[in-house]
This record gives sequence, structure tokens and C-alpha cells, in this order.
Amino acid sequence: MTLTPVLTDTWDKDRSWRLATYERAGGYAGLKKALKTEPADLVQAVKDSGLRGRGGAGFPTGMKWGFLPPPDGGPRYLVVNADESEPGTCKDIPLMLASPQHLIEGVAITSYAIGCDHAFIYVRGEVLHVYRRLLNAVEEAYKAGYLGKNILGSGYNLDVTVHAGAGAYICGEETALLDSLEGLRGQPRLKPPFPAVAGLYARPTVVNNVESIASVPAIVAKGADWFSSMGTEKSQGHGLFSLSGHVTRPGQYEAPLGITLRELLDLAGGVRQGHELKFWTPGGSSTPIFTAEHLDVPLDYESVGAAGSMLGTRALQIFDETVCVVRAVSRWTDFYAHESCGKCTPCREGTYWLKQVLHRIEAGEGQDSDLDLLLDLCDNILGRAFCALGDGATSPITSSVQLFREEYQAHIDGHGCPFDPSASALFAYTPKTRTPGALAGAGAGGH
Amino acid sequence: MTADPVETATRTRYDADTLAALTADATAIMERYPNPRSGLLPMLHLVQSIDGYVSRDGILFCAEMLGITAAEVSAVATFYTQYKRHPNGTYTVGVCTNTLCAVMGGDAIFDELSEHLGVGHDETTDDGAITLERVECNAACDYAPVVMVNWEFFDNQTPETATALADKLRLGEDVAPTRGAASVCSFKQMSRVLAGFNDGRADEDAGTGEPTLAGLRIARERGWTAPDGPDSEPDRRGETITGEPGSSAERRPTTPSDTQVGKDKKPGEDAK
Repeated sequence: MTLTPVLTDTWDKDRSWRLATYERAGGYAGLKKALKTEPADLVQAVKDSGLRGRGGAGFPTGMKWGFLPPPDGGPRYLVVNADESEPGTCKDIPLMLASPQHLIEGVAITSYAIGCDHAFIYVRGEVLHVYRRLLNAVEEAYKAGYLGKNILGSGYNLDVTVHAGAGAYICGEETALLDSLEGLRGQPRLKPPFPAVAGLYARPTVVNNVESIASVPAIVAKGADWFSSMGTEKSQGHGLFSLSGHVTRPGQYEAPLGITLRELLDLAGGVRQGHELKFWTPGGSSTPIFTAEHLDVPLDYESVGAAGSMLGTRALQIFDETVCVVRAVSRWTDFYAHESCGKCTPCREGTYWLKQVLHRIEAGEGQDSDLDLLLDLCDNILGRAFCALGDGATSPITSSVQLFREEYQAHIDGHGCPFDPSASALFAYTPKTRTPGALAGAGAGGH
Repeated sequence: MTADPVETATRTRYDADTLAALTADATAIMERYPNPRSGLLPMLHLVQSIDGYVSRDGILFCAEMLGITAAEVSAVATFYTQYKRHPNGTYTVGVCTNTLCAVMGGDAIFDELSEHLGVGHDETTDDGAITLERVECNAACDYAPVVMVNWEFFDNQTPETATALADKLRLGEDVAPTRGAASVCSFKQMSRVLAGFNDGRADEDAGTGEPTLAGLRIARERGWTAPDGPDSEPDRRGETITGEPGSSAERRPTTPSDTQVGKDKKPGEDAK
């Protein structure tokens, strides 16, 4: 399978982030065409394209737009989720840094399609230069007449506000994002009502991921059939695959959905020289881990799901045989405990206990009953938490215990970790003596 | 009693000039949103741009601007990790110690920096230059291990590069990220940008890293492209009106809704 640069196609151009660069590459052809098209036909085109949400859940984008109730004369909103924070996920940030106009054009087309005259881009606050690029891109688009009043003479008006968050993973959950955008603590809302019915300021709202919205201009300009000519029957189009970790050439690989990790690793020069693949995540830390047995699983929504995980955000974190799976999972668990918003008990208390148990196993103080205790805790979180954060926290634990139970047991039986942490680093160093508490990471602080 | 002017009615202890400037900026922030309360997060960044943290005065100021209680502002300020509850250093040095960066060397970098600077997580050096933090995944995994300085990217770090970076920061020297602006600004300057005030530095570019371009480089070498669109992409003005050539009406049916006329249409949609 060959790579298919669409969103990445301008990234190697001089000053790729500028509007002029984007226009020279054919940018804003989609918006020009869209403004001459009935909004309902645009929604239909995106439905026909098969585009599914690129932020992890994979919900059909056009269908999400179609859920908006009929216009009642009041405002409707588009909110772009640019709060990219899922561990391993690193696609939207380079996209917005290198080619923010892809997103801005997508915002303009989508807003027109759903009847919105004020759109918001919620970008995480921890990426200063990305925020600068977005602010600048919006200013450039206003000056060129792609945003603002009477866009390109169409009579359509659109304002875009770029909003910086302030550090909270949970704000990637769409209803928590909306609460945060309303100036509140970012905690998820009870659904229903879904944002399509009562979202921002309790008005009909579409919340879409950056890559989803950035994919819209080419769908409009080149047609739904063009988009669906890439990918598989049910997972259509192109997507950014982000390789990281113990791989020779980590980075962004834009390919049709359905490419395999084996193919991607071939392109990326393979696993770190002299080492072999131990485990990997197909879609970020919240997706159950895979091993070398899964190298040929097509990376599309259906195939990854059938193999027991989730395509998620195509965040392919590669870990070789030097990595202790207990250490890896324990650290992810610190993350979930730190980022749990505290609204619901299973997640707030459950992630805290998972963290304690994993820490003691890692420190060589685990008990024989601890593995069953971990699984029991996961059983009490999965499906019982208020939002997907709690479910996600259990994925790495249950999948790794299933695949590497003997490695957990070795920590318990041997009263410590059998791995040398320096072997997995990219440089030589002598590990400093640490106290167990030092492993708590940022999770020690809590919100 | 007659109403006091706003300046004297405030419970904050900002001097008149500072308060006037803050008020003007906060007003501009609130005007960006249909509901002014949406301005609270940027307003807290604004407060940090003056005080270097979310101070008592800053909380009162936000509460007064938005007509909410100080407790409501505090509830929000304490939820988000970027809002600091004590004076921050000129530079926040954040080492990613989430799983991937940690195993690739982030743990070693944090330990080395912590020992070198004599401070732990969320602590500030005595000279006020650096606040050291462990940070969560910052969406740069393809550049692991990653260090952030005032939320600019310092990619592919080692203990040696990180300590050299910290030394430069403590000496007050300019440092340039590997991706981002030409140099790192101060915590207060950064906070003002995060409040939504463009500092005009978007065109500065420390460079596009190789991982960002990894796939594109291969596609260029091998002549791989996405499929071509339809051959002719002329101006199809007018052709997309339902019923005319090239319109959606001519598209081959691919989903059930294509053959069930009107099923997708909601009442009132025609009114548009």
C-alpha cells in the first residue's frame, strides 16, 4: 500500500503555514465550491464520503452533522476539538503547526454546511507556537475574505474564535470541552442530551476533531468518491498514522485506512536496530495493547476492533523487548489517575487504587492476589464510569495482564523489576536510586 | 450612598494603571464570546501574564469582571494544571514522563535535571528562573524524549542537552526551541499569548522536524501521491443545484437514504 499525502502534502513547502502557500497548492477551492452548494448537499457529500471521526471514536462525521435539529432561528455552533492529549497521539499538533489553513478552510465549509455563524477552535494550552499559528491563520483568512462578513460575496457570515485551554486531558472529551469552553471546570456532561441537541450554551453544536474537519475541504473539492476510493469498504479515506517509540524513523505517515503496522514499519526502517517488537498501541494508551502477532491486522476501525482493540487516533507507540510492560502500564495509570476529573466515583477512586496496586507491584512489594485485584478493579470501572476516560484507564491493564501475566508475576515473585530501565532509553545512563514515591510522576499532584 | 467609581470599588490591590489595562484586556476577551463567562480561562492566563501566577488579586479581578464569586473562579483555577498557585519561575521546564517519553529517557532527564537544579516536581529554583515539572503527553511522541520550556518544543533531549538548556536559562541567555518560535519568551509573555493576544511571532520558525515530514519524504522519493480528483475541476457554478448535471441527484445511490427521498430532510430545512 502506498502513502497518500493529502493533509501532509504542503508540509515541506517554504513557510507552509502561510495562507499564500496553501492557496498556491489549491487551497480554498473547497470553500469556493461549497458556497455555491446547498448546505444539505454538503452534509450529504460528507456522509457519502464515509469520513469517520478522526479523534478516536470513529463516529461518521456527516451523520453527526445530520443530527442537528432543524434551524429554529437561534445560533448553532461548530467547536473543533484541538485538545490533542491522548498519550501517543501527535498528529493534530504537527498539522496545525505546518498547515493551519487546512483546518480553517474545513471550519468555514463545515460551519456553512451546518448553518453556524460562530465557530470555536479549542486548542490545548500547552502548545504555544501552535496557538500563535492558529491565531495568525484566522487573521490571514479574515483579511482574505474567507472569514468574516459576506464571505467571498456569498452573503454568508462566519466568525472564528481560537480558544486556548489550560491543561486538562479530560477536556478532549467533547462535553467536558464544552463546559471548559463555557468557563467552567472541564467535567463531562450527562448524555443525552447530546451536543447536537444541547451543546455549547445549550444550543445545537457539532464537535469534531481537527483531522476530521481538515479532511473536509478535499472531500468537497474532489468529491466523496475520490475520498472513498482510499481505504477499506467501511473505513474510508486517508488518515495520519503516527509512529513513535522504538522505531528507526518515527513520525507522521499519511496512508489509506487499512494499512498494516508491518507495512508502516517497513517504511519507517523497522524497529530500533538490534531489537524486536514487544508490544504496541494501535490508537493511543486507551486502546488495548497489541503484540507482534498483530502486525498484519489492517489498521481500520473494523479489523482492529475484531482483533480486540480500537483504531483510536492511529497513535502507534512501539515498544521493544527492553521495555518493562509493568512500568509502561503503571505510568499510563498514573496519567489516568492524574487526569481523572473526579466527577464519578468509579473513575476517581478506581484509578487511584489501580495506581497504588501497580506501584507496589513495580516496587517489588506486590502480593499474589494483586493481579486478580487489578482485574477486579478494572471490572468495577469499565462500563460504570461517567465517560470514556475510566474505560480507557482499564484498557492497558486488562490487555497487558492478558498478554504478559507472567511478567507481572515475575515482579511479585522476584520482589522487584527484572528490567534495566536504561536499556530502553535512547542514550546510555546510570539510573539514580529512586524511592517508590518518585515514581508517582505528575500524578502526585492531582487536580 | 452614591455609587463609587469602579476603580475604587474593587477589592483587588492592583494600582490604577494596572487595573485599567487589565480591565481593557479582560473586556476584549469577553467580547470574543457570546457569553462572557467563556472568557474565564483566557482571563486567568491574562492574570498570570501580570502576576506570574493566579494570585488572590487575580481571582478577585476575574470574579468582579464576570460578576461571579471568587469561589467560582477558584474552582476553575484549581482544576487546570497550567494555572499556578504560587509564583512561577521565568521559565517552566516540563519534562514529559508519560510512558513513551519516560522509557525513551524522560525519567533519566527528569532525575538529572532535578538533581542539577536542586528542585523537585512543581518547585522553583531559588533564583526564580526555573519551575521544574513532570508533564503529561504533549503530543510530540515522534520526537521523544521531549522537554517543554514555556510550552515550546525541545525535541529529542538527553540529560546533557537538558542540563545545558537549564544552565542557559538560569544565565538569562536566549534559547531556541527545536520547533517553534526563534526564541523562548518568558512565562508572563507566554501567558499573555495564551490569553489570546497575538504577539506577532507566528512566522518565526525554528524548523520543521524530520519526523513531521517522515512519510512525506518517502512519498516524494517514490513518487507516491493521493489519487487524482475528477479530471476536470472547472468552475461548476450552478451545476450543483439539485437536478442539474453533476449534482448530487446524479450521484449513484450508495446508501439507503439515497433511495428514500426526503428521509434525511428535517422539517423546516427547506426554509433555508
